[in-house]
Amino acid sequence: SCMSTLVISVILPLQVHVKMADEAVCVGPAPTSKSYLNMDAIMEVIKKTRAQAVHPGYGFLSENKEFARRLASEGVTFIGPDTHAIQAMGDKIESKLLAKNAKVNTIPGFDGVFELLSNCSPLLGYPVMIKASAGGGGKGMRIAWDDEETREGFRFSSQEAASSFGDDRLLIEKFIDNPRHIEIQVLADKHGNALWLNERECSIQRRNQKVVEEAPSTFLDPETRRAMGEQAVALAKAVKYSSAGTVEFLVDSSKNFYFLEMNTRLQVEHPVTECITGLDLVQEMIRVAKGYPLRHKQADIPINGWAVECRVYAEDPYKSFGLPSIGKLSQYQEPLHVPSVRVDSGIQQGSDISIYYDPMISKLITYGSNRAEALKRMEEALDNYVIRGVAHNISLLREVIVHPRFVQGDISTKFLPEVYPDGFKGHKLTDLERRELLATAASLYVAEQLRSQRFLGTARIPVAKSKRSSWELSVRLGDGIYPVAVSKDGSSFSVEVDGMKLNVTSEWNLASPLLSVTVDGTQRTIQRLSRNASGDTNIQFLGTVYKLQILTKVAAELSKYMPEKAAEDTSSILRSPMPGAVVAVSVKPGDTVSEGQEICVIEAMKMQNSMIAAKTGKVKAVHCKAGDTVGEGDLLVELE
Amino acid sequence: MFLALTLLLPIPVSNRKKNKRILSEKSEQAAHFLFPLICCSQGPSGKLTARERILLLLDPDSFDEYDMFVEHRCSDFGMDSNKNKYPGDSVVTGRGRINGRLAYVFSQDFTVFGGSLSGAHAQKICKVMDQAAMVGAPVIGLNDSGGARIQEGVESLAGYADIFLRNVLCSGVVPQISLIMGPCAGGAVYSPALTDFTFMVKDTSYLFITGPDVVKSVTNEDVTQEQLGGAKTHTAVSGVAHRAFENDIDALLNLREFFNYLPLSNRDPAPVCECHDPSDRLVPELDTVVPVESTKAYDMLDIIHSIADEREFFEIMPSYARNIVVGFARMNGRTVGIVGNQPKVASGCLDINSSVKGARFVRFCDAFNIPLITFVDVPGFLPGTAQEYGGIIRHGAKLLFAFAEATVPKITIITRKGAVQIIFRGKEANAEAEYVDKFANPFPAAMRGFVDDIIQPSTTRVRICRDLDVLASKTQSSPWKKHANIPL
Repeated sequence: SCMSTLVISVILPLQVHVKMADEAVCVGPAPTSKSYLNMDAIMEVIKKTRAQAVHPGYGFLSENKEFARRLASEGVTFIGPDTHAIQAMGDKIESKLLAKNAKVNTIPGFDGVFELLSNCSPLLGYPVMIKASAGGGGKGMRIAWDDEETREGFRFSSQEAASSFGDDRLLIEKFIDNPRHIEIQVLADKHGNALWLNERECSIQRRNQKVVEEAPSTFLDPETRRAMGEQAVALAKAVKYSSAGTVEFLVDSSKNFYFLEMNTRLQVEHPVTECITGLDLVQEMIRVAKGYPLRHKQADIPINGWAVECRVYAEDPYKSFGLPSIGKLSQYQEPLHVPSVRVDSGIQQGSDISIYYDPMISKLITYGSNRAEALKRMEEALDNYVIRGVAHNISLLREVIVHPRFVQGDISTKFLPEVYPDGFKGHKLTDLERRELLATAASLYVAEQLRSQRFLGTARIPVAKSKRSSWELSVRLGDGIYPVAVSKDGSSFSVEVDGMKLNVTSEWNLASPLLSVTVDGTQRTIQRLSRNASGDTNIQFLGTVYKLQILTKVAAELSKYMPEKAAEDTSSILRSPMPGAVVAVSVKPGDTVSEGQEICVIEAMKMQNSMIAAKTGKVKAVHCKAGDTVGEGDLLVELE
Repeated sequence: MFLALTLLLPIPVSNRKKNKRILSEKSEQAAHFLFPLICCSQGPSGKLTARERILLLLDPDSFDEYDMFVEHRCSDFGMDSNKNKYPGDSVVTGRGRINGRLAYVFSQDFTVFGGSLSGAHAQKICKVMDQAAMVGAPVIGLNDSGGARIQEGVESLAGYADIFLRNVLCSGVVPQISLIMGPCAGGAVYSPALTDFTFMVKDTSYLFITGPDVVKSVTNEDVTQEQLGGAKTHTAVSGVAHRAFENDIDALLNLREFFNYLPLSNRDPAPVCECHDPSDRLVPELDTVVPVESTKAYDMLDIIHSIADEREFFEIMPSYARNIVVGFARMNGRTVGIVGNQPKVASGCLDINSSVKGARFVRFCDAFNIPLITFVDVPGFLPGTAQEYGGIIRHGAKLLFAFAEATVPKITIITRKGAVQIIFRGKEANAEAEYVDKFANPFPAAMRGFVDDIIQPSTTRVRICRDLDVLASKTQSSPWKKHANIPL
């Protein structure tokens, strides 16, 4: 029975969350510094709407102690922990000390500053991590696997720390190799009660951002789970935590776990915990904020079934596991018709994915009585998810959840680089899958051809009815060209590929974004993303988009005589690999650049990307300047 | 009536044998060009032969060839020797089917005297055009000709005159499409120019009055063939060609698809194809597509794609005068012509080029019973000396004229600014659905009845489909006239 007021940057009346809220108020233009991080503006709205409480969501001001303090001073309830808990957990050294005092496992190491370490690393056991005390951004950070490396690392790190931060003090910690990222959800009230709501495994990450999360973890046994849960609760109690929070741990292969940090807010991946425990975390947070005691006892917290969450991003997974993509969602359909699927999103068909925010499209959560069921549903949900107009990472997500290592639970934070050392390249078709894809594509082509001869109404000159029942086609897929013979067999097609006959049936609704096709008894949901008269067809099959060209045999024979169009020499031009803003241009026409030299910097979605010269040469023309907004594929710089 | 087929049967046996021998010899000679799939005589140039082109354009086994045995009649310059005679001469003509629908075709054969136009060649083309006009089916010309047959002199030139006359007589009677697949220079360019649509093949086709050599000697201008009359020039700069395609195959396959949008003649209604896209589909993204800020641009193509059947839109002149978008789409299966201002380019203003582009497209649609759907968001005509000196008044008037003259169903949707909406809607236009974003104010116009309704953007498709169903029976007659006098 709460009235909700939503603060929002630019209000678009048909955004999902705007529609759901009772009232929406604009706090400023799209850049976050002017809107969602603009405390003054938000305080103003709070006053104006006479809000009694504020839920800060995640990100932005959710862990900002100043914001919490200002709310408190205005007598407005912050739906989250107290200021001192935010502060204590926000400081790395303080939180580690607090955790240690609360008897939480912390990463072994010298807490203080040390000068010479020859004696300390054996105590920790190799490998060790040497960090600059004042460090950040990986500067002054080194991993050492033996004494020799430790001495060397010490020297380099202290030099680097001195030059980067003017402070050569170093820390040393045990380095947890190949860790898993497992976190415990805690829920505490203002009356000293605290619960642990089991764990979430968030090991599948790219660039330290989570991609796939699940609850529970395949790795934890009940003892470890309880030990971690109890330590998390101990920590929460030690800082007099109230509201929902998350204690993150690194877990090594021997199930040793070490406190990493505590997030004093709701986590993006909280739905998986809600699925297996049946608790509504946001509702509980509001109750706690209101001062109610917790309704549950630790013994009441179940693990019912299994839940998996995939973060669906508007990004191109083929470029370092995900470079942001922007654009308008020309078509968008969530797979809500698949059972046990939850989709948390704030967008709909026609929404823009802009450069101002995180490129997340939605959180896709599936639930099942066991992990296999949850994963099967996730597969189906991903296949049934229609996202057009922007690049998306469905292909990567789908590959991860069906990968044997993931299915066995053999994962770590290095999963992606280990499994795809040369970068993600999409699904690799087996021979059978390739035949299925070719047969499906060829059948689609024939269905389309047949339809294009069906004119309605009577014509002055009758349309000649084709008696044709078989087609000889040539399908190009990747580097291969495959002869495919299709014959019509009632409502289905009999397709011969590689000497094998496949039976393809479908309703052949050529307008539907999702097509259910059955090939020799195997049902799959595929998406035909595009087609043109030249036979080019893009089909999303098993999550990955395949480019095919389908021609009749005659056209394919003749296409051999078509001139090869010279491809653009990409080494002498630099195009923007993604949409973003040009931060700096470091060359001007006439400059000589050497291969690998930085030419300009593009910023997109909080990331700065250095654009480098692909060859040595003279700059012919510069087509951008600092401050420009560029689109994907825009020409930036030309070399001679 | 006009088809005279000779059968071999009622001839004495001895003659029959002789005829048969000649027939098989000649056929063999012609067949040399008929199935040269492997010995692709135009191979290295990246061009297909005249017959290969027909093979790809038409449905399999649907081609009925005319005049395969016609030879040129020139006897000068040694042309009467047997080695200089080719059955069929330098053009292949006939009729066939494209997705089951009738089309007349001529395909110039560059391998015979450079595809040059002899008297016989012209006569063959005229024959298919005459038949097309009488039967009422489109003419498709696949142009690949070096120009006039120099050995024939005036006879060749007279041939052009005959073709031009028929192009003009057929205009507005049957759709005429030219696909330029090789050189096309001098007087030859005027036949494509008189047809309804001119398409080109990139890198292998050229259209110009005079080639680079003559240009150099007359104006001392250095220019390449490609710069002077290549596909890029004509689709982006001159506006002579309506679209360009990657290669012969790409062009022919696209032509097949394009053909499905066209009625066979002015006696036929716009074709209706089987449609899987529900006519009552709501388009929620239209509620947000027009930006809140009235000065911010958006892409009119987004709107067009979202309302059209299966998001398909065959754009005409996509690279020329891009501030107006024209092309064909289907609504519930029925072909419609779409005209839209493009706010993304020059704010969607109307200038000389866009007015002419729009006007010609509207007149084609009107001539061939294709309903018109217009999306309006226009700040007005582009001001300035360049436009005034260029005659924006005269050229802008063409667009007014074309819309006012059109009697086909016309539906106008004002997406934002209809400052000059008077241009776009004839007072007699029977139905007009209108929608506007909430910050413009459509009410004064609606209260006076200038716009018929203010609709929720997401219902645009539903409304257009419904209106088209009703307007299918629209009849409107103009007062008798020989023809109107459009301000050319």
